[in-house]
Amino acid sequence: MSNLDNHWNACRDEAYEHLNNLELSLLDLEDRPDDTHTIDVVFRSLHSIKGLASMGGMTELADFIHDMETIIDMLRSGSLSVSRDLLEHTVSACDLIRTMMDTSETERAYFNEQAEVILTALRTITVPLDEQYESPESLAEQEKEEVYELLNELESSLLELEDTSDDKETIDRAFRALHTIKGSGALSRFNGLAKFVHNVETVFDMIRGGELTITDRLIDTTLSVCDLIRSVLNTSEDGNALFAEKSPGIVESLSQLTSNGTDQKLDTNSDESESSKTYRIRFRPSLDIFLKGTDPLALLIELRTLGYSTVIAQKDGIPPLNEINPEHCYTYWDIILTTNSDKNAIRDIFIFTEDDSELTIDTIDDSGRLDRDSAAPERDLENLLNNFGVMTRDDFDKITNPRQRLCDILIERGDLTVEDLEQVLGQEKGSGEPDSASETRPINEKLIEASMVDTGKVDSTLAEQQHVKNVRQQQSQITPVSSIRVSSDKLDTLVDLVGELVTLQARLTQMSLSKNDAELIMIAEEVERLTDELRDNTMSVRLVPIGTLFGKFKRLVRDLAKETGKKIEMTTEGAETELDKTVIERLNDPLVHLIRNSIDHGIESPQVRTKHGKAEHGVVHLAAKHSGGYVLIKITDDGRGIDAHAVREKARSRGLLENDKTASDQELFSLILSPGFSTAEKVTNVSGRGVGMDVVKRNIDDLRGSLEISSNKGIGTTITMKLPLTLAIIDGLLVKVGDSFFVLPLSIIEECVELTGSAVNSHGRNIANIRGAVVPYISLRNQFHIHENRPELEQLVITNTDGMRVGFVVDHVVDEHQTVIKSLGKAYQHVEGVSGATILGDGTLALILDASKLIQVVEEQDQGFITKQQSHILIVSS
Amino acid sequence: MLNNKNSGTESIIEMMQYLTFKLDEEVFAIDISKVREVLEFSPVTKVPQTPNFMCGVINLRGSVVPVVDLRLKFGMEEAAKTVDTCIIISEVTLDGETTIIGSLVDSVQEVFEFESSQIEPAPRIGTKLKIEFIKGMGKRDDEFIIILDIDRVFSTDEFSLIQQTEAFATERKHIKETAYSTPESTGS
Repeated sequence: MSNLDNHWNACRDEAYEHLNNLELSLLDLEDRPDDTHTIDVVFRSLHSIKGLASMGGMTELADFIHDMETIIDMLRSGSLSVSRDLLEHTVSACDLIRTMMDTSETERAYFNEQAEVILTALRTITVPLDEQYESPESLAEQEKEEVYELLNELESSLLELEDTSDDKETIDRAFRALHTIKGSGALSRFNGLAKFVHNVETVFDMIRGGELTITDRLIDTTLSVCDLIRSVLNTSEDGNALFAEKSPGIVESLSQLTSNGTDQKLDTNSDESESSKTYRIRFRPSLDIFLKGTDPLALLIELRTLGYSTVIAQKDGIPPLNEINPEHCYTYWDIILTTNSDKNAIRDIFIFTEDDSELTIDTIDDSGRLDRDSAAPERDLENLLNNFGVMTRDDFDKITNPRQRLCDILIERGDLTVEDLEQVLGQEKGSGEPDSASETRPINEKLIEASMVDTGKVDSTLAEQQHVKNVRQQQSQITPVSSIRVSSDKLDTLVDLVGELVTLQARLTQMSLSKNDAELIMIAEEVERLTDELRDNTMSVRLVPIGTLFGKFKRLVRDLAKETGKKIEMTTEGAETELDKTVIERLNDPLVHLIRNSIDHGIESPQVRTKHGKAEHGVVHLAAKHSGGYVLIKITDDGRGIDAHAVREKARSRGLLENDKTASDQELFSLILSPGFSTAEKVTNVSGRGVGMDVVKRNIDDLRGSLEISSNKGIGTTITMKLPLTLAIIDGLLVKVGDSFFVLPLSIIEECVELTGSAVNSHGRNIANIRGAVVPYISLRNQFHIHENRPELEQLVITNTDGMRVGFVVDHVVDEHQTVIKSLGKAYQHVEGVSGATILGDGTLALILDASKLIQVVEEQDQGFITKQQSHILIVSS
Repeated sequence: MLNNKNSGTESIIEMMQYLTFKLDEEVFAIDISKVREVLEFSPVTKVPQTPNFMCGVINLRGSVVPVVDLRLKFGMEEAAKTVDTCIIISEVTLDGETTIIGSLVDSVQEVFEFESSQIEPAPRIGTKLKIEFIKGMGKRDDEFIIILDIDRVFSTDEFSLIQQTEAFATERKHIKETAYSTPESTGS
């Protein structure tokens, strides 16, 4: 069984993804219960999980999901409609699936009971709906009415289509109408009617997909479909009989239409210039083209601008050296061109030479047509060879496979005649039993040997094959966006390795500069460029759109809204914003707390909301966007807002705020972040213990982010989180104090100035005058008790954190530095003001400073110093 | 490696290997399974605002490894670095996580085998060390060797506890410094 469990482990990730998908679409269904697309998604997700479960040996789970599938399938076929109860049970089924996925095999049996409960509940929902079909006439009438309406809609869009045959929206409208008709309950009372409509739908799907074009006949047929449905529903006699009588004819004409349609489509396609086509162009300029002032090469270059091209020069026209007239052009060219432009565009290029030059343009491939067209001559050739008794079918394949259709192309180009080919192959036969050597020899060699064609032509043919192959490959590559699943461990290792590479590269750069060897410097620069690219790419691999996280909260909001009896809608914005995987993982907790807060404390109950003149539905808005090297995540609610007064009272009673002190709202709100702080009068099971915001603050700090709260009483609260894009590498400014190196994050640095007398207006206070602005500064030397080698002139690095400008005094500003952040480990986890270390080019370590933390520490120290001084004075004076 | 950690079976004589090293004149030992490698002394980057015994961090082939001066940690005098000065890189379990920590010692002696019967429990007084740091006392040629429980020596409690007191000390020092240095530094 453990083997199976292993299988399951391999599938689990994927299953989780499907499950999340499933949950999301269920929530979507709640809002838009008629969205067939979403029902399809639900069904697909269920089906995928089932497949994974049975692959992973989870038979109970697979069985359960199978039963679920049956019920959802009823939704799809329209015999059941989406109801609240149904969704409720399906969502709890999701939960059960999740639990079952997590538990070991032994405990799974226990869940069978639960599964049974859910299924029974679901089945009871489905039964009454089934009974409805026998229910009062009025209901059937209502359904009929609906279908009539839809038929009218369908008809009107069909008529519109008659005029504007390619209007996508109208096609969609017709499709939707058809689809809804199909799902209507009224149709299910007649045998095969739904299926019949389904056929019509298929035709329209082809139209939507561009496989079919709309013709008058098609519209006529569809209109007759409408009539049929109407008469079947209308008739007082046996509708089934009427349907059975009339439908075959329509189905017949429909199927005719579709088969005709495919041909039609191809024909129209070759006239259209939308899709790319491949042309074979032979351009044989007149001998005296040079004398006319035309440069054939310029023409070829211009041709290139049209698309992907392969150019082969044909040199068989070049006479021996002594006969060459240097002013004549003997060469001619074969060009294979894949382009979106049409023949005329190509002719336009040669417009000035066309009169006296030879120009042939053939279409050889218009995405798919080549196969059909060229298959025919190949068959002919094959048959010919067979009849000739030269070789068997197998032999033919053997020869043609490696150089498939080589002869065809030569013949098509007119470089080789069928007769000549027969002759070559006939010679072969004549020379007795073909020995194994000549048998395996490609046909092109044979042809050259027989001097039927020259090497240039064959080369050109081969180039053409290659060209077509490339184009084909490209086309097939474009269609599926392939992705692979990689375990995050591997990714982490990769990032670590890249980090080390960046370190090593910095060392190489430093070394090369000190050696002053031009060649070495060049190599170092190359390596630098590559590492930069590698780093960016690796980091981008780790970036995940935040939408996955947002998706999770939809469910949370829904559940919480239910629990608290509030009406809440969640909206998101910027779901595509990408963030480092680790950041996203660690964002989950804080976001959960913030959203819980918004719902429990922020948004009022519907009654209160209406009383205050707000919409009944509260809105929680999650938004993410990039801002420089940071990502801003906003959680906004339109609830009651934070009561600054209550916060102040609470803060006073807890001794966080002195009685006489007045604090700004901003300061007050930041108190909310302190542990154990809550203004909620009663603790609910959602929140109120005052733990949440503390957790949020800590998590955000760990991510080196910051938090900002703004709130208007009665209007709502906005909490903004500012997070770094990635945790692994930052751009830093390397500074030196004494013998130690430190790194300050470049993102917070505003400028560097010299700490001269004019900048300092100190009187012993650490305040600099930067162009008139007062900027306090912290001397790293004093702060870190570094005493050696104080330089004459110190530097001041001005930073801006949380809107506050603070300078850091250092000895030297060394350089910008790509900083790979290394954790200091557990031993130093309590160190304040240092967020990590990085390895410099020469292998020594530099500490990365956490500026905001340092400022905070110094602030506390200074305030402590003042109070101590005051108490000291008091003692002295008393 | 010969060490057999299965301590449940008393009948089998357990042989444990230990790495012995010197601090001042005393010989200490740690379980060799905890030792990753021994490095020559290389300059250590001091992390500011940390206790004295925390030497700082070194670059061990691309990873940052903290180094602790065991002499200072055990309350001995700081010694001048000699050619014998070594950093023992060991794997320590801190709060259930394995971390790498370097220990600065005067010199590394040898790898030595003890039978478990040779190891006696440490006396509760007289070692001048916290009792929980010591796993036991081994005897060799009439010389006692203190076998350290390296996990305990480097427990997070130890780090945070001392750091706090140190932090207060530095703060006090800082206040004193700034208070006195204020008049002099005017106009600098």
